[in-house]
Amino acid sequence: MSPVLEVRDLRTEFFTAAGTLRAVNDVSFSLNEGEIIGLVGESGSGKSVTGFSLLGLIDAPGKITGGSVRLKGDELVGMAQPDLRRRRGRDIAMIFQDPIATLNPLLTIGQQMEMALAAHERLSPRASEDRCAEALERVGIPSARARLKAYPHEFSGGMRQRVAISIALLHRPAVIVADEPTTALDVSIQAQIVTEMKMLAREFGVAMIWISHDLAVVSGIAQRIAVMYAGRIVETGPAAQVLRQPRHPYTRGLLDSMPHATAPGQALRQIPGSMPSMMALPPGCAFAPRCAFASPACTSVPELTEAAGRSWRCFHPLDQPAQEGITS
Amino acid sequence: MLAFIIQRALQAALVMVVMSMIVFLGVYAVGNPVDIVIPPDATIAMREEVIRRLGLDLPLWKQYGIFAWNLLQGDFGRSFIYNMPVLELIGGRLPATLELVLISILFATVTGVSLGIYAGVNPESRIAKLIMGLSILGFSVPSFWVGLILILTFAVHFGIFPAGGRGETVMVFGVEWSFLTANGLSHIVLPALNLALFKMAMMIRLARAGTREAMLSDTVKFARAAGISEATILRRHVLKLISIPIITVFGLELGSTLAFAVVTETIFSWPGVGKLIIDSITVLDRPVMVAYLVLTAFVFVMINFTVDLVFALIDPRIRSGRQKS
Ligand SMILES: Nc1ncnc2c1ncn2[C@@H]1O[C@H](COP(=O)(O)OP(=O)(O)OP(=O)(O)O)[C@@H](O)[C@H]1O
Ligand SMILES: [Mg+2]
Repeated sequence: MSPVLEVRDLRTEFFTAAGTLRAVNDVSFSLNEGEIIGLVGESGSGKSVTGFSLLGLIDAPGKITGGSVRLKGDELVGMAQPDLRRRRGRDIAMIFQDPIATLNPLLTIGQQMEMALAAHERLSPRASEDRCAEALERVGIPSARARLKAYPHEFSGGMRQRVAISIALLHRPAVIVADEPTTALDVSIQAQIVTEMKMLAREFGVAMIWISHDLAVVSGIAQRIAVMYAGRIVETGPAAQVLRQPRHPYTRGLLDSMPHATAPGQALRQIPGSMPSMMALPPGCAFAPRCAFASPACTSVPELTEAAGRSWRCFHPLDQPAQEGITS
Repeated sequence: MLAFIIQRALQAALVMVVMSMIVFLGVYAVGNPVDIVIPPDATIAMREEVIRRLGLDLPLWKQYGIFAWNLLQGDFGRSFIYNMPVLELIGGRLPATLELVLISILFATVTGVSLGIYAGVNPESRIAKLIMGLSILGFSVPSFWVGLILILTFAVHFGIFPAGGRGETVMVFGVEWSFLTANGLSHIVLPALNLALFKMAMMIRLARAGTREAMLSDTVKFARAAGISEATILRRHVLKLISIPIITVFGLELGSTLAFAVVTETIFSWPGVGKLIIDSITVLDRPVMVAYLVLTAFVFVMINFTVDLVFALIDPRIRSGRQKS
């Protein structure tokens, strides 16, 4: 089976007054039909920019400066905007963190859904309403047809995110980029949405890129995990394996700083230091200054090592099981 | 919605009562009109007779009471100077001001908002920078000077438009209008442009700031990610998202320009209410001043009321009585 989405050496740069910032640096991964990959990393590591790059939604001063994004076999990098627009929403969709901000407070849910529908399909008002009501029902919104006339402020946060999800699913896209879709929600609602998204992905064969800085959430939904640091993917692999036996010291650091990695009452183990400014990355491995295993070799960029369905960029991959701190 | 309207109507009524008091007291404090109305060689008896006839001998609260009572019946009193009903006097001048102000504000809003949206969508383009430069000019150059330059350029030098007056008018609904005749319209162009420039500059700034903010919002990002075209996003999302500040300023500007178009009216000898009020202040024609100010307050209150209603129509959160988030 050939992947629905194939990303190769994707590179996105921002040309700001203060200098050039490479927010996405040689990112590669691929997604099979219905597969969910979790993209994790600290704030500012380039997760959202990666997501937007996939949809061709990078505005000036940013630009995709290299690499390839193949969606169902077609190259998206360099595709003309009108053609890209026809792909967005139909073949690849995106949802965001804050459903209050994504929905327009001044338009009814129905108006917004019909707008998204009309972007790709000409339908009679009647048929369009049917489709929207159906889409709302599918994400578990009761009395969907009546709710089409409601405004976003009349929904709870979780329901609003469901509306956004139903808009993203309207045209049954092959891929959905979900940029921290549960971060703004209560924990109990988070779990509901995660379960439902998982079901929807299976039901429709939608592949998903689930962006999060929270490994715990990602481990509950993703089959594979990609860990991003300072614009690069530093490690990928099947979720269970990456969580059980991280190869990159940064992944280990992330795992150790999760609450249940430490005994109750004990302080969380933080990764020492903080992510360097993307404007002034150290040469070589960007994690080296914070890494307990760093050696002089780390001043050059480590090649991607691939083995048994996993890959990592590190000169000193870990092989011992997790739990022992990387801080010395 | 009905409760909302009733609540606003009561507020409006209260504002009007307070405003009429302030105006009455304020004008009372300005000076005694008797000396101007009565010839210097009048006898004491004549003088007292006039004072009695004008009701100026009564205590202040009684004068206000009579004034307010008449006002409620639509009687604004008679001008001391022209000796005719104030309402007729103002009513005769109002259409001239109304058409000038409406045309200039509508023009300023439509062009200003369009240019502002363009500049907000393409902030780095050369045209956008030109537009912003123009708006700074519109802000910083005094209105009377622009008026003179307009006359010198278009009336004196090129002779395209007349320098002043209303031109030909036609009678519609018993009122004289200039803008319905070609000649009258050509007379409106320069004064309307003069009035419009500052407002256009403001609309450009408002629309640009709103558009830039809206274009960066998650709402627009989400719409783009759904494949909605830029034109639809502008028309259905951005225009709506930026409309509230624009309508607010539109209302405020409409009111203040109606009341204080006097500089432009003077430069272009436009026979509107602005000229009338300045004249009545110099001769202390108290009924005209009071009526004019009360009417102005009324216009502001009505505009605000309408603006609030329009807000409620646009924003469902206001309609349902919730605070805007
Ligand atoms: N429009 C822009 N102009 C300049 N720099 C940008 C722009 N958008 C993003 N960046 C930079 O790109 C880098 C990656 O940002 P991105 O939003 O992808 O991070 P993220 O991993 O999604 O973080 P978070 O978890 O906070 O959402 C950051 O350093 C950010 O400052
Ligand atoms: Mg992000």
